[in-house]
Amino acid sequence: MSQKHTLSVLVENSPGVLARIASLFSRRGYNIDSLAVGPTENPDISRMTIVIEVEGHALEQVIAQLDKLINVISITQLDPVTSVQRELLLVKVATTPENRSQVLETVQLFRAKVVDVAQDAVTIEATGNAEKIQALLRVLEPYGIKELVQSGLVAMERGLRITEKFN
Amino acid sequence: MSEEMTGAQSLVKSLERAGVEVMFGIPGGAILPAYDPIFDSTIRHILVRHEQGAGHAATGYAQATGRVGVCIATSGPGATNLVTPLADAQMDSVPVVAITGQVSSGAIGTDAFQEADIRGITMPVTKHNFLVTDAKDIARAIAEAFHIAESGRPGAVLVDIAKDALQLKTTFEYPTTINLAGYQPVMHPTSQALRDAAALIAQSTSPVLYVGGGVIKSNAYKELMQLAELTGAPVVTTLMALGSFPDSHPQHLGMPGMHGTVAAVTALQKSDLLITLGARFDDRVTGKLSTFAPNAKIIHADIDPAEIGKNRKVDVALLGDLTNTINGLIPEVKAAFAKSKPDLTGWWKTVNEWRVQFPLGFDEPDDGSLSPQYVIQRLGQIAGPDAIYTAGVGQHQMWSSQFINYEKPRTWLNSGGLGTMGYAVPAAMGAKVGAPDKVVWAIDGDGCFQMTNQELVTCALNNIPIKVAIINNESLGMVRQWQTLFYNQRYSNTELHSKRIPDFAKLGEAMGCAGLRAERKEDVDRVIHEAMAINDRPVVIDFSVHRDAMVWPMVAAGASNDLITVARSMAPVWDSQEL
Repeated sequence: MSQKHTLSVLVENSPGVLARIASLFSRRGYNIDSLAVGPTENPDISRMTIVIEVEGHALEQVIAQLDKLINVISITQLDPVTSVQRELLLVKVATTPENRSQVLETVQLFRAKVVDVAQDAVTIEATGNAEKIQALLRVLEPYGIKELVQSGLVAMERGLRITEKFN
Repeated sequence: MSEEMTGAQSLVKSLERAGVEVMFGIPGGAILPAYDPIFDSTIRHILVRHEQGAGHAATGYAQATGRVGVCIATSGPGATNLVTPLADAQMDSVPVVAITGQVSSGAIGTDAFQEADIRGITMPVTKHNFLVTDAKDIARAIAEAFHIAESGRPGAVLVDIAKDALQLKTTFEYPTTINLAGYQPVMHPTSQALRDAAALIAQSTSPVLYVGGGVIKSNAYKELMQLAELTGAPVVTTLMALGSFPDSHPQHLGMPGMHGTVAAVTALQKSDLLITLGARFDDRVTGKLSTFAPNAKIIHADIDPAEIGKNRKVDVALLGDLTNTINGLIPEVKAAFAKSKPDLTGWWKTVNEWRVQFPLGFDEPDDGSLSPQYVIQRLGQIAGPDAIYTAGVGQHQMWSSQFINYEKPRTWLNSGGLGTMGYAVPAAMGAKVGAPDKVVWAIDGDGCFQMTNQELVTCALNNIPIKVAIINNESLGMVRQWQTLFYNQRYSNTELHSKRIPDFAKLGEAMGCAGLRAERKEDVDRVIHEAMAINDRPVVIDFSVHRDAMVWPMVAAGASNDLITVARSMAPVWDSQEL
């Protein structure tokens, strides 16, 4: 049974690292569900959060193959229960003077934010895990989604534990 | 202590510091700044005729000596011509460093003259690669490249250097320590894993030592011999491992796989424990994976964690350098045997029946023409176990693996993983440069030879007297064999007509070699002896052989190893020896 797994990967912040990882996934036939990359507290190191959908046995191979890349410093598998997982959504919803207040109510219910208002549309920003984002989109869909952009998932372990140490 | 110099000088000085004694290459625009200090360097530069030749020569040099092989080329087409040998070296875990020139940093990405993104192109076929655009980074990149190429599981590393980085001034400082946060090969297996492995060995009544090329990479031959004699288990050596364990040793069953011996293939199939040492369960060994060694537990010793469980689920993983692993395993096995040592008498009786019933052999052609297997067998007998043999890819390669006795490591060099036709001649050139006192024979097919023979010019001009035996069956023999077996003898595009064109002996002579030929059995010994006596230039022998000879035994691609055939439509009958 294939399922989604979240990997938190520390990589050297050097040119070509993203290409190496993308090339590895493509060459070995692994499917990336989402990938988010950004700086860490150390400017020489970036963190990638990679969501992949594979079977358990294949996951070990993915981790082992990723670990072979010289620029990959460490890989941690994040458990959805013991980690905070968030996606960012920007969505432009069609509104009319009649239904605008209903849309704004939905925004409040989901603890989302309106970041731009136009004559016939509002742009909403929301963060949350994948389920919350999907739920919000389901509610907004009947009003007419004009444009949508979503970030890859970022995640961090809960509690005091630091995901990885590095030099 | 640091010195002011150009990036190019820093490159050459770094290569000297890395211990490079020879490199194979061709200059061109972007790498030109580096060729000026090369002119004054202690490093021998061998000017090849094609960059692919430089890459395979570096590989042959590395396989023969155990040192890192180095090749150098310019940007664009120079660099792309290195792609095949880099992929080849990487597949066979051979330590090779390639240096390529790149267009100036400001021009990168503009489709400049002779620009190719060689870092991007070689990402999937190298262990690691670098693009250096600043002169001050050259020394570190070279030091890291050599460290990565030769440590852990060896492989190919490319360093691409922009022309302006070679031209600008920098301060030379060669790093004395290398610390790569993301690269820390595991060198020693855990003692628990060693104990677990020993426990399995002590319980097994039909074990096989499945030995791969890792034993040669780790120089673990003595250790392998000790372990083999301690366990008393049958030994099979893969195509990449030939010579790591003497063919003449009574425990040696030969090579497993698609064209392996019946005894080696069947021993793996019927075994209850595979003690896997630096091998990777390649499809050419396992046949149909789901039916491979169905009753065997697996001990898998490898330095690459990604090989563990990649193709076959393992019972005990021994992660580390093989010399350390075997040295750690021996006392544990002794301790386990002290409690109970399994009796392998019944297993050996069965294995020996396979050996006696299905030895390697070949039939002489009925029409009096020359048998290719006979030529290769005589070559091995005359040149002996101290010679180095390289091969291309195809029938001649398989016959060379079967009918030459390898007694010593690093005497059999071939392209195992990638299967690169054209490997033999340039690899022999590299091997001869690395081991000038050894006799080096390239056993090549007429198809392979026509891909890279231009390096014989390099050999002739640089006093690299290799010997080439062309097993000329006027066709792409292995493909033709498959057409015979699986495509109703429809020989689509496998006829090379190379009996007439080219005339290989004359072609050899034109390239500064001695050109010989043999067409009859009685010529064979004479021409081989004649070639052995010529040491002032390379030799090319055109052996005109029977074209319908086939490689047996054979397991068809994708078939179960249980379906091994010893001749066309002839499978062994398993009666008394069924386990």
